[in-house]
Amino acid sequence: MSNSNWPLWEIFIRSKNGLAHKHAGSLHAADAKMAIENARDVYTRRMEGVSIWVVRSADIVASAPADKDFLFDPANDKVYRHPTFYDIPPEVGHM
Amino acid sequence: MTQLQQFNYTIRLADDALILGQRLSEWCGHGPILEEDIALANIALDYIGQATNLYKHAAQLDTQKRDEDALALTRMEQEYNNILMLELPNGDYAATIMRQYYYTSFYLLFLDKLKSSNDAFFSGFAEKSIKELRYHVQHASDWVKRMGDGTEESHKRIQEAANQLWPYVGEMFGMDALENELANAGYAVDRALLVDEWKKQCTALFDEATLAMPTEAWHHKGGREGRHTEHMGFLLAEMQFMQRAYPGAKW
Repeated sequence: MSNSNWPLWEIFIRSKNGLAHKHAGSLHAADAKMAIENARDVYTRRMEGVSIWVVRSADIVASAPADKDFLFDPANDKVYRHPTFYDIPPEVGHM
Repeated sequence: MTQLQQFNYTIRLADDALILGQRLSEWCGHGPILEEDIALANIALDYIGQATNLYKHAAQLDTQKRDEDALALTRMEQEYNNILMLELPNGDYAATIMRQYYYTSFYLLFLDKLKSSNDAFFSGFAEKSIKELRYHVQHASDWVKRMGDGTEESHKRIQEAANQLWPYVGEMFGMDALENELANAGYAVDRALLVDEWKKQCTALFDEATLAMPTEAWHHKGGREGRHTEHMGFLLAEMQFMQRAYPGAKW
């Protein structure tokens, strides 16, 4: 295994039309085309998807784990932000 | 057109698929990178799947009433009718990829014609397999290009592979009395008609990959008559071992 020079790519798979692409994992590839092909073989071989997005891991900007408390904790006690006070008609489906 | 002729033709296609699938599966766990290892194992499984369908069909035509496992795993070497290129050892990754390109680009053209067979099994088989083959051709073509205009070393290896395998490509287009008769009956494909298009595609890819088209004019043959290379016996020994040691084994 000697692909240490190849950049890492994050793979997003849409499992069916209408749903969002979800992060499936990562893999190494020399370029975007190879990343798509590798993703097809690694992440969709059991019919997991109908669409693939790839993005270089280096291009993803992530929040810092250390900032977790002030970024996310304040939402803890704000239950009124959840839209649980509405009745969603069944026709609406995924929300 | 007799049932025996139909059986023999089906066995040729089945053996091509099985032997290539067996060779490709040898890469499982040994691929140059993890992602390629999985890609090649997927491709190998596509051929094993095609072989399964073909042997099942052959079993229905077999006057000796053998089932698909017996046909796939208990015949003698001289009874296998695959072309020689597919039984050659894998070599390095360049050799495996070049064989993939030579064969899959041919096989896709072949299936495209087999789609029009007047036999319902073969037209359906072709329709289904074409989707798999389009991916195999893309996979192989991309790697030929990457190695061809990659590094000096990769260029050298893929060019050597192209030259060494070239004497085996002629057999892909070989026609004999059996296939001529079946092709005339609208059952089989006239392979000889595929040469020009195949060479055109191959030349275009080699140009893009900065590779030189091999010029050697002499070609091996014999696989269709059961005359194999010295590598075939070893391949069969490994492939048939379980079925020979534990006949009818199930798990």
